[in-house]
Amino acid sequence: MTELVLGAVAYDQKVVPIWDGFLQYFRARDLSFDYVLFSNYERQVEAQARGHIHVAWHSPLAWLQTERIATRLGRRAEAIVMRDTDRDLRSVILVRADGGIASIADLRRKIVAVGARDSPQATLIPLNHLARHALTPEQDFTVRMFDTLVGKHGDHIGGERDAVRALLRGEADAACILDANHLAFVREGTLPASATRILAQTGVYDHCNFTVLDGVEPDTVARFRELLLAMSYADADVRPLLDLEGLKAWVPGRVTGYAQLSEAIDRFGTIDAFVSGVEVLCR
Amino acid sequence: MQVDLGSLGFAEGGYLLVKRAVRGLAPGDSIRVSGQAADLDVHLRAWCRAEGHRFDWQATPNAVRGQAVIHTGAAETERWAGARHVSGGDGEEDSVAEHPPRSWGLAARGSIIEAGTPEFDFTLTDKLDVWSDDAAHIYQQAVAAQWDPETAVPWHASFELSDDLEDAIVQVMTYLIENETAALIVPSRFIAQLHPHFREVMQVLAVQAADEARHIEVFTRRARLKRGTLGRSTIGGQASLKTLVDEPQFAVASFLLSVLGEGTFLSLLWFIERYAPDPVTATVARLAAQDEARHVAFGLAHLSQHLAREPEFRPRLAAAVHRRHDALRHTAGLNDEVFDALLLMAAGSWEHDALRLGSRRIMQLIHDMDEGRRKRLVRLGFAEHEAADLSALHTRNFM
Repeated sequence: MTELVLGAVAYDQKVVPIWDGFLQYFRARDLSFDYVLFSNYERQVEAQARGHIHVAWHSPLAWLQTERIATRLGRRAEAIVMRDTDRDLRSVILVRADGGIASIADLRRKIVAVGARDSPQATLIPLNHLARHALTPEQDFTVRMFDTLVGKHGDHIGGERDAVRALLRGEADAACILDANHLAFVREGTLPASATRILAQTGVYDHCNFTVLDGVEPDTVARFRELLLAMSYADADVRPLLDLEGLKAWVPGRVTGYAQLSEAIDRFGTIDAFVSGVEVLCR
Repeated sequence: MQVDLGSLGFAEGGYLLVKRAVRGLAPGDSIRVSGQAADLDVHLRAWCRAEGHRFDWQATPNAVRGQAVIHTGAAETERWAGARHVSGGDGEEDSVAEHPPRSWGLAARGSIIEAGTPEFDFTLTDKLDVWSDDAAHIYQQAVAAQWDPETAVPWHASFELSDDLEDAIVQVMTYLIENETAALIVPSRFIAQLHPHFREVMQVLAVQAADEARHIEVFTRRARLKRGTLGRSTIGGQASLKTLVDEPQFAVASFLLSVLGEGTFLSLLWFIERYAPDPVTATVARLAAQDEARHVAFGLAHLSQHLAREPEFRPRLAAAVHRRHDALRHTAGLNDEVFDALLLMAAGSWEHDALRLGSRRIMQLIHDMDEGRRKRLVRLGFAEHEAADLSALHTRNFM
């Protein structure tokens, strides 16, 4: 078996202990494994397309970038494993309780605060949700973007926090965030009780996955997948890693939860230039 | 099972009710959660996802917003599957383990500890080396006997000493401060090395360090009461104390410091209290002596227990006395200034008869110190002649 090299994006300092821990876990089970960290998903997607890494821990947007590049090159991308917590997320669109906005239609000519421009949960999916309801961004309403760490695809929570603060200060009329962050902001006090209400919820969607492209040794990928799925929350050596990465169990990958994001990037043309650029590089 | 949160928000405390209900269930079991609070569905879904529970939302057309069905996951059960009870394991919740694992870390005795906690670098992890059944009692006594330097000492009492006598007292205080500093540092160093599982021992050492802090304060205040400059510190005195500060083994350090050093100091402090020429000196000596008696008692208690279980440790304690004596063979021991100051204090004046009397008193002090050491050594199981030999080797610096 050749050494399996994984790519991951360094969106936080904790990424190093996480992948160091995984490295020890895999090596202790005779899987030759190493990892490379990237500062942004685009660099990681390109590296994977060019064969520099075998498997990538991808954001949902990076998954779609990879899948589309693969399609154009006549290759095949596969989402092999994801976290249990990557399934069935929702985003919510918040308004101030006293803001006088009763329906999505009331957002016309208003200001909607979102997260980073490449955040699926705080920008792309909720803006697509509004577009589905006949409100086109920057045409029917103003988008106020909180571009924290572009290239990290919204992995950093800071953009969503800033969007909520803008809403509370009255600098925006609505704010888009992930459901889990809504709960977190209420619990930590960023969102005072009764100050806001949820105007709308998006449909459920999926988040990150381990992506492989064809051409990687199937036995190695199968062993990697098998070892991931065997990680148990009951194992005291593994549990801290799972807690750091935010899951209770790994589950088989699925690609049925990316339809909303796919629709959003088609609508907004978010990744077209990037996908074409990488396609040219790889031809 | 059904949990109705009514109008209570999930983040307002509703999650506690849900958690309580889920805790009683086996993985795979389900409960229904209903409520009228806005955002309940959003928060429940996000919470269930993070906790590893499966979640379904059933919207209802009536006034109740809807209800959730939660199918409990195994994460909570798995997290605590390998947990252990932090105790000696003889059926008693608070029993003390012989060799508490370093991974128990700071967990309180009697608690339940999750498997996989990080190991701490405690080096004193064997009950045999540190434990005394009397520790809890000694700690309680120590806490009850704490005194406030501000009010316990008659700082404003009126007295006037001759310059020479005042100088003598200042020199004695200078020497006491130096010694009490060693007595503060030694237990403090071991607190950081001690496994906190031995809670009562940790507490005794902590209050011992606090005692010494107060002693340093009152001796310093007495020294500065009428003088701006303190007395002299010598190579011999510091060299003697350095052997205590450098001793790496808890039991040996405890033996040298508490049993022999502070034991000897007890005689000295009562001597000062008795012959002090002023009420402030007498009081600070008495208060310190009362505390030192507890320090000696703890040293004797845990070493007695240690030696009862490991008699072969006794020769190692004796060897430590020899080693210290050899290390200090070429130093002067107690500095002349201290000895002379004690003699003048005991005499009370430069009169011939007074000096003769003071000298006899000092001889009596040396005799009392030796007798006290021998008694304590015999209590620790040394034969009379061994005790006499070892006592004779004790540092001339007293501590």
